[in-house]
Amino acid sequence: MRYAETGYNLEIDLSSGNIEKIETDPAITELHLGGLGTNARILWDRVPPETAPLSPENLLIFGTGLLAGTPAPGANRTIVTTYSPQTLLLAYSMMGGFWAPELKHAGYDKVIFSGRSPELVYLWINNDQVEIRDASHLQGKGVVETEELIKRELEDQDIQIASIGLAGENTVYYASIEHARSSASRAGIGAVMGSKNLKAVAVRGTKDINIAQPKKFIGLCNEVLDYIQWRAENPVKNVPPILAGLGSPQEMAIHDEAWHTTAFSWGNARYRRKGFWTEEVEEEWSNIQDSAVQRLISCYNCPMKCGAIIAYPSLELSKYMMKCYSKLTYVMGAMVDDLDFGFRIAGLAQGYGVDSYTAPQVMAFAIELYENGILTDEDLPDFPPDSEGRFFYLLEKIVHREGIGDVLANGVYWAARQIGKGAEAYDSNTIKKHEQIPIKLSMLNPIFFLLHSTGEKINITQIEGQLPQAPFPEKEDREEFVKDWIQAPSENIKDFFVKWEPRGEYAFPYFPDFQTACELVEWQETMHYIDDSTGICAGLSSFPIKPPYHIHNLPTLISAGSGLEVDKEKLWNKIVKRNRSLLRAINSRRGLRRKDDRPPEDHWKKRFPEHEAKLLDEYYKFKGWNEEGIPTRETLKSLDLDFVGEDLEKRGIYNHGQSEKES
Amino acid sequence: MAKVKKKVKVINIDLEKCNGCRACEVICSAFHAPEKYSLNNPARSRIRMIRKPLDDIYLPVYAGEYTASECMGRDKYVIDGREYDECDFCRASCPSRDAFKEPDSGLPLKCDMCEDDPAQEEPLCVKWCLSDALTYEEREEEVEEEEEQAQDLTQEEMEKGLKALADKYGLDEVANSMARMLKKE
Repeated sequence: MRYAETGYNLEIDLSSGNIEKIETDPAITELHLGGLGTNARILWDRVPPETAPLSPENLLIFGTGLLAGTPAPGANRTIVTTYSPQTLLLAYSMMGGFWAPELKHAGYDKVIFSGRSPELVYLWINNDQVEIRDASHLQGKGVVETEELIKRELEDQDIQIASIGLAGENTVYYASIEHARSSASRAGIGAVMGSKNLKAVAVRGTKDINIAQPKKFIGLCNEVLDYIQWRAENPVKNVPPILAGLGSPQEMAIHDEAWHTTAFSWGNARYRRKGFWTEEVEEEWSNIQDSAVQRLISCYNCPMKCGAIIAYPSLELSKYMMKCYSKLTYVMGAMVDDLDFGFRIAGLAQGYGVDSYTAPQVMAFAIELYENGILTDEDLPDFPPDSEGRFFYLLEKIVHREGIGDVLANGVYWAARQIGKGAEAYDSNTIKKHEQIPIKLSMLNPIFFLLHSTGEKINITQIEGQLPQAPFPEKEDREEFVKDWIQAPSENIKDFFVKWEPRGEYAFPYFPDFQTACELVEWQETMHYIDDSTGICAGLSSFPIKPPYHIHNLPTLISAGSGLEVDKEKLWNKIVKRNRSLLRAINSRRGLRRKDDRPPEDHWKKRFPEHEAKLLDEYYKFKGWNEEGIPTRETLKSLDLDFVGEDLEKRGIYNHGQSEKES
Repeated sequence: MAKVKKKVKVINIDLEKCNGCRACEVICSAFHAPEKYSLNNPARSRIRMIRKPLDDIYLPVYAGEYTASECMGRDKYVIDGREYDECDFCRASCPSRDAFKEPDSGLPLKCDMCEDDPAQEEPLCVKWCLSDALTYEEREEEVEEEEEQAQDLTQEEMEKGLKALADKYGLDEVANSMARMLKKE
């Protein structure tokens, strides 16, 4: 018997229509856990590095986390892995909701799509009965409508559906895969789904998920719930309200947006508006939000309420479900001070299925180009005079790939190069060709420098965590903070936090020492790699400060749930390191080198090129990578990945690019 | 007639507070697994969420009595603009739907307030509902002692049932069936 996982994958060849249920090798679970880890292994094994992301040869893998669907609170994540049409590297975007548990109950850990269907289709998984069905009637339909139509067609309200909108069908490079209140939005995985002519994946399952050590496992789950309750009554002090609790930032419940609106940049990641959040704005925005939010909702088996059902009279659309930060991204990108606009355009954009981080950035970029004469009235016929109108205009052009929209649909990096005429200079906020959240700060943060530069998720909002983003000014507050900091991985990290000051000897950028900086980065990264493999939501684990899941209880939870023998040492230094190195190797094989490991140029005003180069050197060394950021043969061998090192060597990847070293 | 005190267990359900997470289904099915917590499966749960998110319908329903036949009429309720089927509120394990039946055997399920061995302080669905959509309460009620009546009641009930059968199939048919059953014994 397999525990926590089902031990079966579904293989769907969309070209031939062939469907197979394949038993998986337990040894692979032991090596990579599940979710991202096993997804990456499949991608390495089966998709050669020269594969074009939108070709039938690319795989689109929907993987459930190892613990997804078990009673572990918040273990509900689906990890979608493929090659990105935008970054051309490995993409792994994830979603919460109810889809992963349903797939597990249907009896599968993953659905692996290959090929390309001749016509638009959707997949219907009903326990053992799996069929590819015609989706021509769903063509061009929004994701909310698509879900409703499929549920009605199959006569079951409990079906869980992941689908793409028009943006995915038209292979917009930042098309999302949407599901209920969640979405896997980043890096254009919706475009890969569209390229396969796959509109949706509908799932219903009624089988058991088994637990290896039931009493121990449920005991840990109860502890997690207790801690969540305790944290609800004990928010972290000395941080903005939006960062004080658990979950992803409670955007739907919290009205205080001082932190986002004044610390993040508006427009094309250009303008800080430090005086924006006034009492009048707060009152107006609170009223709008209260009338828009009908109910706060959660994902499967999670007590948090990070999402909401959005419905209010001025909304010209059907209702939709919103999560997190998307209420602000369009508002801030468009420089529109009205939250009402945010709710209206986010609903429309979600229906089309575009990433709410990237889409507003691309639109803000286009407006800048227009204002600077690089795009003209010829490119933008009948372009409205107001930002609000312009955003609606651009959204339509992009999702239909119409006119200039066909270029903008490829994202800022590619559009800038296609447009030329100096447009590249306006590509101010991408990492590895991917748009980032618009944060422009002053002093270089060495920890974030490494996380942003080297992270394979290529998404700076989802790689941080657990460490407060800024030091507390008062020493006694810092000492107070570490007293019950049970999540800290070591005494060294606690010492760092107590010493860390806003200014002076113990301040950024030269503090902390390289070793500690590397430890801090690796710790935060490790927590995310665990979540991305177990399917536990980062909102209860790797993302917030003082979460219920942490490095000291996760190994036991994984063992008790899955029956794998895992302790902290093995989880961190073997499994996570193995997965981390494998992801890096996949990207090395796709051409990723040191020169790509960099944040947006003006992410910090104060940069320190020599120190940054040294940081990268030290971090690469710490990870067992060479000076180009490629995992060495020895490193890979020590992680049971010698076949990976052998392949890199055979392809000459270790011999290229050494003279191109940049800092 | 003598009065006796009886403990009444109440689960209060506040639909406005439900965040739709289905933790109640998860823990119910885990607790009632053959070996406790060895498996979980909402399809085996004795509480089911009726969820229609975009209609803002979030309704936990508990498994009640088994019934062999489905209702003749199905009514619709409109509450605050939300449209519910009568079945949405119904606790019965019945032929018209899959809910509240063991998926393998088809045998009916019924909520036991987690009085299973060992009895829990409160039903676990309540414990796992951190949103407080489900809360638990115990209260005492005085009821009339029924001991004396038991015999009469059974007879009365039985006659009511037999009369219904006689109305449907005719008294002869019922009598014949009774005779056949007696013979077999």
